[in-house]
Amino acid sequence: MNFQDILANLPYAKPFLFVDELVDLNEEGAEGLFTFRKNSDFYQGHFKGHPVTPGVLLTECCAQIGLVCLGIYLLQQQQVFISGLQIGMSSSEMDFLLPVYPGERVRVISEKSYFRFNKLKCKVKMYNESGALVCKGVLSGMIKAMGDE
Amino acid sequence: MTKEEKYQKLREIVTIYLPEDVKVEAIRRESHFINELNINSANLVDIVLDVEDAFDITLENEDMDQMQTVDDALQIIDKKLEAS
Repeated sequence: MNFQDILANLPYAKPFLFVDELVDLNEEGAEGLFTFRKNSDFYQGHFKGHPVTPGVLLTECCAQIGLVCLGIYLLQQQQVFISGLQIGMSSSEMDFLLPVYPGERVRVISEKSYFRFNKLKCKVKMYNESGALVCKGVLSGMIKAMGDE
Repeated sequence: MTKEEKYQKLREIVTIYLPEDVKVEAIRRESHFINELNINSANLVDIVLDVEDAFDITLENEDMDQMQTVDDALQIIDKKLEAS
């Protein structure tokens, strides 16, 4: 399995790419890493004088690794040729347990609930470098290869 | 199961996924899931998965593509139940 190939198919770019590295991908789930850059613009305003990574970005990171990378992998396993992707998050239900500060590296682990009719639903968990659970939840989204009507 | 029972069972499932601004009374046999009942494609998948559990059938991608209205869903359910 070529993880670089999956990363190359991601429809994101800086400053909204929240995947550095994929550690594992299989039929049942995904695992990946991301380091929140210290100098990211949003820390100037979240919060004033007290930078903490916004929960929406933790959710986004979980979705990019746990849903989109896994979704691309699952489409590839179905021999779908991917020239582009139509994606959309359809629901997110997250609990946030610990803050993530600038420069922290997080590990996202997702576990597939189902992937049917282009809808992927997963349980996701994010851990910090000391292995503590940072956030967890259930995400789902639609993911479809373009030209695949 | 009679046709009416199947319809009521399907109505109960669809009701769960209706957006807040659509009333239960809006569900009719000819209702289009997406255009009339404002159900999005992600929730339409949830409806299909619930239908599979409720009727103990399995739908394929082609069935999903054909399932535009409540009546379409009932026909697909009948077809699957006959085949099983």
